[in-house]
Amino acid sequence: MSNLLEINNVTKKYGEFTALNNISLSIPKGSVFGLLGPNGAGKTSLIRIINQITLPDSGTILLDGEPLQPSHIEQIGYLPEERGLYKSMKVGEQALYLAQLKGLSKTEAKKRLKYWFDKFDIAAWWDKKIEELSKGMAQKVQFIVTVLHQPKLLIFDEPFSGFDPINAQLIAKEILQLRDEGATIIFSTHRMESVEEMCDYIALIDKSNKIIDGKLDDIKRQFRTNTFQVGVKTKNPKEIENLLKEKFEIFPTDFRMLSEGYTANVKIPENESPNQLLSLLTKCGEVQHFLELVPSANDIFIQAVNKNS
Amino acid sequence: MKKLKLIIRREFLAKVKNKSFIVMTFLSPLLIVGIGFLVFFLSKKNDEKVKKIVYVDEYQLFNKEDFKDSKTIQYTDYTPIGIEETKRKVEEGNYYGFLYIPKKDSLETLAKSIEFYSKDSPSMSVISNLENKVETKLRHLKLDQLGIDSEKIKASRIPTNIKMYNFSGEESSKLINGLKIGVGLIAGYLLMMFVMIYGTSVMRSVIEEKTSRIIEIIVSSVKPFQLMLGKIIGNASAGLLQFFIWGIILLIISIVSSSVFGIGMTEVQTSKLSPEQIAAMKEVAGNGTMQLAIQEFFRLPLVTIFVLFIFYFLGGFFLYSSLFAAVGAAVDNETDTQQFMLPIMLPLILGVYVGFATVINDPHGPISTIFSMIPFTSPIVMLMRVPFGVPWYEIAISMIILLFTFVFMVWMAAKIYRVGILMYGKKPTYKDLYKWLKYKG
Repeated sequence: MSNLLEINNVTKKYGEFTALNNISLSIPKGSVFGLLGPNGAGKTSLIRIINQITLPDSGTILLDGEPLQPSHIEQIGYLPEERGLYKSMKVGEQALYLAQLKGLSKTEAKKRLKYWFDKFDIAAWWDKKIEELSKGMAQKVQFIVTVLHQPKLLIFDEPFSGFDPINAQLIAKEILQLRDEGATIIFSTHRMESVEEMCDYIALIDKSNKIIDGKLDDIKRQFRTNTFQVGVKTKNPKEIENLLKEKFEIFPTDFRMLSEGYTANVKIPENESPNQLLSLLTKCGEVQHFLELVPSANDIFIQAVNKNS
Repeated sequence: MKKLKLIIRREFLAKVKNKSFIVMTFLSPLLIVGIGFLVFFLSKKNDEKVKKIVYVDEYQLFNKEDFKDSKTIQYTDYTPIGIEETKRKVEEGNYYGFLYIPKKDSLETLAKSIEFYSKDSPSMSVISNLENKVETKLRHLKLDQLGIDSEKIKASRIPTNIKMYNFSGEESSKLINGLKIGVGLIAGYLLMMFVMIYGTSVMRSVIEEKTSRIIEIIVSSVKPFQLMLGKIIGNASAGLLQFFIWGIILLIISIVSSSVFGIGMTEVQTSKLSPEQIAAMKEVAGNGTMQLAIQEFFRLPLVTIFVLFIFYFLGGFFLYSSLFAAVGAAVDNETDTQQFMLPIMLPLILGVYVGFATVINDPHGPISTIFSMIPFTSPIVMLMRVPFGVPWYEIAISMIILLFTFVFMVWMAAKIYRVGILMYGKKPTYKDLYKWLKYKG
């Protein structure tokens, strides 16, 4: 069994409104799975169904090969986008309470909390009330509560919002560490640079439908345009341009070369090797820059969503 | 079950550890008793001031025997000075007022022409006291005129007290009827207060979870129904604890105060009446009223009342607080609750009104009976009826109806609750709530 979570043909309607239309996803064990989509696409609905907060109208969900059932709650950790804790409750008490709701015994919860509080260097907050903490501090507590019961499946909805870059880095490191220790992570975000950085797989949901899913590298390959960014040191850029125009499509580029010369984005026909372009360029001058324009997650997101509408 | 216990514990502690709960619990009985003492003390202080009343008796009917000085009123005969002079003196001096008894042909005309002058309008108790004195005197004089021995009249007055029994052989009396009304009204009223205070507290706690956004974390660990139930039970236990503490504190205070200060609670209660009225009451009822009342009180079906009180307390509270929870879930903040609160409050208030209006006069009449069956008013109205003795089958029917309604309402409220807690933004209408009821899962 290589998939931890199998979502098969899930549909969810609220009255007339369809929130999820026949969605199927497979989330491999030990991966970071990016669940992407514009606002209101249906991500939260799907996450709530996985968390058994709501039930799907039709379709099945298998966790580790078993149909989703109430006892699975203890194997899932969820950090919702809209976060909050009881404001007037003390940090320690609150963490203990939430951990016990996830099925941990009190002594075990205490032991693990001590470990995490020491790790994040926040042991001094134990007896403080949440309302006395800053937003970022409360987020840390919330992160700990999410992972404390060592769930097989972790769901993070915008985990970095509210964190400064240093703490965001810390949390990102922790998430990857959890993956390396065997947890499977569903990661929902709008911050595409963190998708590049962390996700092994992605799925894109738009207007209640899944429009793309798969390994991030495969999807990038699908979306590659065979366009190369080139920079050649020369006194005579016009000449090169005319030469290239005969064989390739040329677009303006926006990178900056340090020495004077010619820059452009060059699209080469499919099934043609970039070596041909390179050898042509070396004849014209000193090649200082040669880079394939790999589509970023951001480009893919925008392209796919625009195409869908 | 384990999770439900955790939730109940948290809700209970969150409520009990709250400063306002602690203040309310320990301060309000002290306040009530304190205010009682204050009233008692002030009225005592008030009575200590001796009222000087003078009288001018041109008829020469009354003597010092008729106008005996009491603790609070001092009478002086100014007849020799004459009416004009007396008027002037009273107006200038430190007098409460003066009574003028003119000379008339007959007692009947005299009775209509006695006058009282004072600077401020006199208190009712003083006037009725004076009227009493004059009336008694005139009656005696009239009896003498008619040649009737007043001693014989006195002897002819035989106090009558019809003893009332029901067919199960219980004896009842006017006093015990009063007690029954009192116990019933207090129980019903307490229930309403409890439901209102703790029902809104359940609602507030739901809104707090929604606004602090912790709700999504909680419902990813437990079922919304468990959370709602835990909240209701936790709050109910906090409420019961509060009443329990109040009971104990009041008991301790009354014991301590009666033994240390020699002031019984009964005296505090009667202190609102003027000393004259108390004296009059004692004359009518005899000195043993209080002991009698206590004896009668213990003859009420106290165990039944207590058990039913707890049952209706919990049944009514569950019924209403599940509605409060649903309202809390439907809105984002407390100001939006009003339109949904009214239909909840209405039957509660109706229950108390129906109880006050009908149960007192006719505890087993059709209106009282019907309202003690309708589940939204039955906790209050039935509690008011119980001290009068309600047939067991009526209680059973009322309890069963309440039980079923409460299960149904909790189920329905849970459906609204489950959808509502995750809805933000638009204030829902009744139509929205109806739609939520039909959502699956």
